[in-house]
Amino acid sequence: VTVKVKVDREKCQGHARCAALAPELFALDELGNAREIGDGSVPDALADKAYLAKANCPEMAIDVEETQ
Amino acid sequence: MSARPPVNDWSTDFDHLDPRWVENPYPIWEELREKCPVAHTERFRGVYFPSRYEDVRAVAYDTEHFSSRRIIVRETPPPRIPAPPITSDPPEHRPAKNLLLPAFTPDAIKRHEPGMREICGKLIARFADKGGCDAAVDYAQEIPVRVIAVMLGLPEEEGERFRKWIHEILEAGITRPDILMKALGETEKYFQAEIEKRRTDPRDDLITQLSRATIDGEPISEPHLLGALRLILIAGIDTTWSAIGSCFWHLAQHPQDRKRLVDEPELIPTAVEEFLRAYAPVTMAREVIKDTTINGCPMKSGEMVLLSFPAANRDPKMFPDADRVVIDRAENRHAAFGLGIHRCIGSNLARLEITVALQEWLKRIPDFRLDPSAKVTWSEGTVRGPRKLPVLFG
Repeated sequence: VTVKVKVDREKCQGHARCAALAPELFALDELGNAREIGDGSVPDALADKAYLAKANCPEMAIDVEETQ
Repeated sequence: MSARPPVNDWSTDFDHLDPRWVENPYPIWEELREKCPVAHTERFRGVYFPSRYEDVRAVAYDTEHFSSRRIIVRETPPPRIPAPPITSDPPEHRPAKNLLLPAFTPDAIKRHEPGMREICGKLIARFADKGGCDAAVDYAQEIPVRVIAVMLGLPEEEGERFRKWIHEILEAGITRPDILMKALGETEKYFQAEIEKRRTDPRDDLITQLSRATIDGEPISEPHLLGALRLILIAGIDTTWSAIGSCFWHLAQHPQDRKRLVDEPELIPTAVEEFLRAYAPVTMAREVIKDTTINGCPMKSGEMVLLSFPAANRDPKMFPDADRVVIDRAENRHAAFGLGIHRCIGSNLARLEITVALQEWLKRIPDFRLDPSAKVTWSEGTVRGPRKLPVLFG
């Protein structure tokens, strides 16, 4: 299973929770809005953090996708 | 404040200035969520009060029917007081917000952290050996006012004057338009003078930075500049002061939570999110500008909506065990800083201030409790937090 995160840039309002909880997976731009780092691939060891970031986004702007 | 007719029915006649609401609003909101999720009152010339998370969210996201041009419920027809971007609607909102955002990202805020620690340390040194203090007056209220002063480039010692204006604009001004107008006039004169000083003597501060700012290549207008500065002054102070105060109010009464944060300081940021959820200080408002319905409840154009993020944060459908403070709550998508385009610009700043305030205090004063011989008092209106919080150490 590979896990990928994606930030919906339309929904993101810059609460910055994802970057605080999973700085390995999310970065903020000059306005403080979030995007996934690289192509959003999540190393196995960081899968929990990906879901934690999703569960703490007030705008529900984070998607975690699992593919076989 | 004028004497207010007592409330008999919160569903049809609520009053957010009623002493019971000011003292402890949570049971009232719980009852409303069950019985009448969108309450209404004829007071304040007509106001709706959604108490469920989903309804608060729906209003916050709907800028077509709900305008931010009025964001405080007042008793008399209020003057329009622009403070962009908080009072802006699309399409003006986005450029006005983007102007301020870069100064408030986590990275931009970080450079103020050493200063915050120093401020907290100095305040604690004043009372650490005295056996007790008023955690709201001697500590919480002093922190954000100094941080904001430093960011704007104003003397730290002006705190008293800023707090007076904030009280007049956000509390006393709800029922007294004369007090409101006087305070607004004073802040305007004050900032005009500060802007003028920087024309010949530019500094590394927000006033200088914003007075040079442009939107689409055009310098921003003087009313826009004054409004934005007033917003930063007002929104950044009693909000964070209230949030810090509520953390201490909780910890003074929950020794197990306190001990855990002393033993596991790495848990403090998680606990701060939970305190923000459970004791969210800020209730905003919107003006209905087109008739609509929320959760089946018709809303009439011209009336106001109290947008209670604190009530949304206590909705058990969204947060299991919503009335219990769980300092290690892992899933916490609370709405303390709002939802949608008006997300609080200062959220990163506030989070850092609250965290630093707790860290520095708990290092020096791990044990404290409410002073049983004194009374805790709460602010009223838009921002909720303790205004007197006498505690004893040890």
